Formats: sequence, C-alpha cells, structure tokens
Amino acid sequence: MISEREIMMPVLKGEIGQSNFLAGVDRPDYDEMTRCTHCGMCLQFCPTYRVLGLEADSPRGRIYQMRAVAEGRALVDEDFAEHMYVCLACRACETACPAHLHYGSLVEAARGQIEARRSQPWGERLLRFLIFAQLFPYPARIRLLAGLMRLYQISGLRAFARFLPGRLARLEPMMPTLKGDFFPARDQVYPARGVKQYRVALFNGCIMPVAFGPSNAATVKVLTENGCEVVVPSAQTCCGAIDLHAGERDLGREVARRNIQAFERLNVDAVIINAAGCGVALKEYGDLLHEDPAFVARAQAFAAKVKDVNEFLANIGFRAPTAALPMRVTYQDPCHLVHGQNIRLQPRQLLQSIPGLELVEMAGADRCCGSAGIYNITQTDLSMEILDEKMEHVRRTGATAIVSANPGCMLQMQIGCRRAGIDAQVYHVVDLLAKAYNLEQSN
Amino acid sequence: MDISQILLELQALLSPRGVLHRPEDVLLYEYDGALDRAKPDFVVFPRTTADVQAVVRLANRANIPFMPRGAGTGLSGGAVPIEGGIVIVFTRMNRILQLDIPNLQAIVQPGVINLDITQAVASQGYYFVPDPSSQRACTIGGNVAENSGGPHCLAYGVTANHVLGLEVVLPDGEVVWLGGRTQDVPGYDLRGLFIGSEGTMGIVTQVVVRLTHVPETVKTVLAVFETIEDASNAVSDIIASGYIPAALEMMDNLAIQAVEASRSSGYPTDAGAVLLIDIEGFAEGIPEQLSHITAMCQQNHARTVHEAKTAQEREKLWSGRKGAFGAMGAISPSYYVQDGVIPRTRLPEVLRKIAAVSQKYGFRIANVFHAGDGNLHPLILFDERDPAQIRAVVKAGSEILQACVDAGGSISGEHGIGVEKREDMALLFGPEDLIAQRQVKEAFNPTGLCNPAKVLPIAKACYEVGARHRRLPNILKEEHDLSHLGDDPHGS
Repeated sequence: MISEREIMMPVLKGEIGQSNFLAGVDRPDYDEMTRCTHCGMCLQFCPTYRVLGLEADSPRGRIYQMRAVAEGRALVDEDFAEHMYVCLACRACETACPAHLHYGSLVEAARGQIEARRSQPWGERLLRFLIFAQLFPYPARIRLLAGLMRLYQISGLRAFARFLPGRLARLEPMMPTLKGDFFPARDQVYPARGVKQYRVALFNGCIMPVAFGPSNAATVKVLTENGCEVVVPSAQTCCGAIDLHAGERDLGREVARRNIQAFERLNVDAVIINAAGCGVALKEYGDLLHEDPAFVARAQAFAAKVKDVNEFLANIGFRAPTAALPMRVTYQDPCHLVHGQNIRLQPRQLLQSIPGLELVEMAGADRCCGSAGIYNITQTDLSMEILDEKMEHVRRTGATAIVSANPGCMLQMQIGCRRAGIDAQVYHVVDLLAKAYNLEQSN
Repeated sequence: MDISQILLELQALLSPRGVLHRPEDVLLYEYDGALDRAKPDFVVFPRTTADVQAVVRLANRANIPFMPRGAGTGLSGGAVPIEGGIVIVFTRMNRILQLDIPNLQAIVQPGVINLDITQAVASQGYYFVPDPSSQRACTIGGNVAENSGGPHCLAYGVTANHVLGLEVVLPDGEVVWLGGRTQDVPGYDLRGLFIGSEGTMGIVTQVVVRLTHVPETVKTVLAVFETIEDASNAVSDIIASGYIPAALEMMDNLAIQAVEASRSSGYPTDAGAVLLIDIEGFAEGIPEQLSHITAMCQQNHARTVHEAKTAQEREKLWSGRKGAFGAMGAISPSYYVQDGVIPRTRLPEVLRKIAAVSQKYGFRIANVFHAGDGNLHPLILFDERDPAQIRAVVKAGSEILQACVDAGGSISGEHGIGVEKREDMALLFGPEDLIAQRQVKEAFNPTGLCNPAKVLPIAKACYEVGARHRRLPNILKEEHDLSHLGDDPHGS
C-alpha cells in the first residue's frame, strides 16, 4: 500500500506566478535560491537572527523572501527592503551553509532590485549621487574630504559636537580620528629587498589610504621584505564594494571596469589587497561583469590575480621576523576574510610567527563586529548591540592590542574600545609584521 | 470570535511585537526543514510559561488550531501548520534557567539550542549527549517533540534517555510537570509517553536535561570501502563482535560526492562507501578497540582505515557528515529524506531495493546512515519546481519505507512522522493499533486543536478524530492584492 497523500507545496497548490523582480536589472539568481533546502544550519551563525530571533531576519528567511518575490508570492516593498538591509552581509551563513550557497551575491542583487524601484526623496537621491558617483570613485576627492575632516578634528571644533542636531550628534563619535598620514597612489614602484621573486601591484583602496595610511605603507614593507617588487598604479579607484552593498550595481560595474583597465597591463603576478571587504568585491568581478561581453574574460583574469595580503604571504612562504614584539594580542576575523574568502589560518600564522607575540583567541572571533561597511551608520542601534557583546569577549582575553585586517572592522574596534573603556591599540596584521621587520633592521 | 478580535487579544497578551499576522510575515513560518508548506494565521513569541498558557487558552476559546515551533529544522513537516491557526515560536524562551552540575542536570527553556547546553558546561567537562546533525541550530523543545537521535545515540540512547522531567502546557491550557528531577518517578511514565509525541499532546515549556561527563579519550576513524556491501558487512561484524563504538556512520558514493562538491571534508570521491567511527572511553582501552575495529574493516576489504590525527581533522570529518543533508543542495535543487529503520543484517538487501526504486523512478538516491543502529537516511534527489516529480517522489519514498517494513523494520528512527509520513503509518500498523494510538492522543488532546493533522493517518477517516475545529477564513490575505496567486493556501 503506497502513500497517496499529496505533498503541500506551492507549485502543486497553484501559487507560483511571474517574478516580481524587475527585468533589465540584475535579479537574484533563482537557481541559486532553490539550492537552499531550508535546513536551518545557518540560523545561529547569523548575528541578526541571534539578536532578533525572527525568521525574516535570518539567512534562510531572507532567501525565502527573495524566492517568494521571484515566484510572484510577495512584492519588493518596504518590508522586503528592511529585511534585506538589516542583513550585515557578513556571510557567516556562507561558512555555515552545507550546500555553500552564495548568499552574498543574492542579497547584493536583491538590494539592487530595491534601489532600482525605490523613488527616493530628492535629498536622499542627491546624497547617494554625491557619495557613490562623485566621491568614492575619486581618490583625490576622498583625500580632500579627509583633509577637511582632519582640519575639523585638530581645530578644537570637536568639543562642540554635542550641539549637533540629533542623529549627527550620535554619529559624530564614530568618525575615525585622522592623522594626516595619507598614502596616495602615484604610480610609485618599491623595489624588492634582496632578490626580486615577484612583481605585484597594491590595490590601494579608498578608506585605507586616508584612515590607515601607515597600514598601506606596512603592506608595501612586508611585501618588499619578502622578495616582491610593488607597484601602486594611480589610475585605480574604489573597488565598488560600497556601491554593491548599497544596491548601486551599475556604479559598481563602472568602477570595476576602470580598475581592470588600471591593472591589466601592469604584468604583475598578483594584485594585493589588505582590506577584506574590497578583496571579496575584487574577487567577484567576474560575476559582476558576467553579462558584459567586452569585459567578462578580462574581469575573470583580473579576479584570478587578486590575493589578500595574508593569503599571499602565507602562500609564498613568508620569512618570519627575528626581532621580538612582546605583546598580548587578540585577532578579530573580518567577515569578508573568514567567510567571504575562507581565510582563517593565514593571518594567525603571520601573527604567531612574530617572536614574543602572544595571540589569545577571543570567543566568537569569527562573528561579525557589527561594522559591516556602513551598517554602523545605517543601523546604529543593532550594530552597537552586536559590538558591545564583541567587546566583552575582547576584555576577557586581557589583550592590549586588537588585530584585524579590514578598515571597517578596525574602525569599529576603535569605537568599541572607546565605548567599553578598554585601553587597547588597534592594528592591521601587517602593521605588526612590518614593525617586527623594522625592529630587526634597527637592531 | 472573529479574526481581528483574536489578533487584538494576542497583541494584548504578548504586546504587538510578540505577534506576527501580515501575510508577508507569516509566509516565513510556512516551512521547516522538510517539503510541506502551509501558512499560519498568527505567529506568536511568548517569553514565559504563562504566556504560552494564555495563548493556548485563547486558541481554545476561539476554537482554532495551535502548535509549537523551535528552530524549524525538523525533517517531517512537524512544525508546519497544516490547518493554519497560531504558531507558537520559542526563540524568545531560550534561557538556561539552572545548571546543577553536582546532580548532573540542567533546567532549560524549550528554545535553547541543543549545542548551547553543551557549550555552557563544556569547560567543566560535561556535555548533553543527543547530537542530531542540526544540533547547532535545533532547539531542545523540538528534540523532545521528535525524541531526536544523532550519531552518538548508538552508544548512549536518544533524547528520552537524557531528559528527566518536563513542564508542559496541556492542550486545554493546564500546566503540569511530567517526570521530575529524579531518575525514575513512580506511576505511569508520562514523561516517556510525551517525549516523541510531536507536539500533539501539549507544549513543552521547561526541560530538565541530564548532563554527562565528557569521555576521557575520543578517536575518529575513517574507513574507506570500494563497495557499499563491504562497508555494510563491516558494520554487521563490528556490532556482532560486541564492540559498540560511540558512533558508526555510513555514507555512499553519491552522498560523498555531494559533501565534497560543497566543501571538502576529506572523503575520497571515488569510494563506494565510507564509515565514520568514533571510539570513546578511558585511554587504556582505546588501542585495543581501535585495532579490533580496524581488523574488522580490513577483513571486509577496506581500502584504507585512517585515524584522525588532530582535533581539527576530527571536526572536519564530522562536519561533512553533519552537513550531508544540506550539502545535497550542491547537486540537486531538492531532496526528500526517508528515515527507515531495519535490522542491520538486512542492510545489503534493503540497499538493493533502494537501488531498484532509484532505477524505477529515475531519481538519484544518496544514502547516509546511522549504520550502527540500522537507521537509514536515503535522500531522494528531485526538483521541487516540477509537479510531476513531486508526486513521483512521494511514491518512491513510500516504496522504500515498504521495503524497510518488509525487512522487519520501521518507517521512522528519529525524524518523526509529522505530516510527511502520516499516511505511511498504515504500512506498519493495522486499524486496531491506530485506533488505540488515537485514543491515547485524545486523552491529552480531545479537541484535536493542538498540532492537528500530524502523526496519525487521516486519509482513512475512521482513524482520525476528524476536524471538529473550524478553519479561519483567510481574510488577512485581502490586505494585499495577491489574488493572482490562485488557490487559497489555507483551503487545502
């Protein structure tokens, strides 16, 4: 006797209709969504599900919402937008997913769909235009703005910040403290120390050279120290991650094309990036431009050369420094390194190679710190809730330094230290490695 | 009571933030880890036992169905509200209330994640034994409902062996304790009856769990075989020899392919089958057990028998097994998993029947087993976007279960019957058995409002109490114009 029960599924119930995603705009990949078997293994890895406990704010639930839109069972409306933007895009779910679904690309495309149909008030449209189209693609403008911010910070005006109107007053303390030691790209070439084994190009980034200029210099230092000649092409621009996270996919493609052109003729073995968020975006240029026949092959060739600095150094068998840096540090995994690029061990290897340095693991090091690009500005409350939990874990390690490998995480750690009253310095992995190399040479 | 009145009362009980009712919100509670989908009318998030009790009483007054939901990772549609009504979600009742290590127990709320219990006591050398593959996500309340197992239940028993007592809101709203804090409570073992009742006899609101000392030494062994017959024979030999490993898992070639396609766990993709074996105990006893089990594998033509050298390697080997179901997403859009149990010695014969079903219907079938206790998980791969395939896959699944019953086995080891295998109960039980089971259920749940349409077959009307409650008209749907969608999803 064989079962005659009809399974209750949308397709059998006649519920499936036409997609409510716009044609002509990147759609979240339907085949990719259907690979989700809603097993739920991602749930506890999702920072927003852990805080909110709502299916709608879980990776599985977000994929299901996209699928419902694609099957004509739901609309791209304000609610859909809210859940897609509450997501940190930290991709911890990708690490957890047994089927290794590419959730990050899905949520980026969903945001593109939201922006494509949103009728924003002119003020917000203008702001988005200024930020995404007029600011980030132009490193010189970012330097100019950063210079003005620095002027503001050293002028003493900061003392009056508390008189700023509402939201600005809350955001002002999150502004990074700028020291003016910028690292502009000027087509400079740094020779390898000793025998030249590789020729590499540095992807300079947009935030790193102004907020963490010395870290870019340190990246050059550790590369030249390990047999690399380093070039820093001036024609490069922002990687486009900031556009893609905000649903501005066409702008993202535009900067991607500019970067490909800036790097493809340099004849380098690798394009080195020290910002995890940019690394993911750069490595995904092939997907981003897959419908652009003039660029798809070039994008794939470029993406194949992109290497995170931690990944590259571990691959080539870097030289361990001989000078000691006696300090107790803890490492915060950038989501876009550990989940986005599966780079977990390499930064730890680099740190542990430094004599005298003690690496103390914090609980949940691979959980998002709540920075998530501009998330701490757009979703401040949730971001700070996630950050405060993180800082408790930092405190328990007793570390006097927090090391990470992405500007967003490093800025967030600085904010976290101020909030939690923790007296710890924040470094990029390469800062410490470069410091050790410098020390051995001055000894 | 009309639907807007029910909504107002729920919001008054739990605050507006504790209630979901809009179509786009409740849509996300129409699924669990299995295939069936049905939307609830309301989703509520209680924080206390009193909240649960109030919701249950309200549902009784309104005469609408209600049911509990943990993380929604179940594999038999147990958390799917087939007849609509109120889904009571436990994500906000997720606290460990008391740890009592000297007495080896803890009191937890039902929304606590299975693995979180272990993590809370690991530093002191203890753990909670039942380890379903979804243990990183699934809740203890769901484990109680399904009497969940897991790889290590071979040596240590299932959830029922690790739960001492339960606080339960009965279907009429009364709060009672079943079992307690001692090992055995005189009188009828209602705790034992309740565990595995799949939410049809009431709703758990507190659980007293047993804690166990972590074994001194754990070794994980991967044995690779050319054929699944060899691997099956090795399993039979190991168990028959009286050495019971802590876990004894098998995966066939297609399952290995899926796992390795999504993320490498270190299984050779050209193997016919692998066995994943955990050996636990005092350090002194390990070498003997290890060499004995290795010999049993070699005697059955194992290609290699490899012992994991580091904790990381152990974890990697196990992550492949624990993610095996979800990994099917790497090679197929959907899967329909069966949970049959057979006597271990009949394994080769039942596997041949499964292969025949695969041939007959043209579906690929991956096999993942808790081989040690004869619990099969054939994963039938199909595409849920194709209605013809959906209909065929149910038949194929049923034929496999028939083969298990014919071999002297059963239709479910640990996933529960839920809605998915409801009609298959008739493969195993005659009408008298089913009537007796129905009477037990009715003693607890006379109105049938508590998680209706689960566990017992309803196709043959005489077995089921019959839907005495009413179904809500789906007026909420009118708030959004989704009329082009066709059939009313509630009017099944």
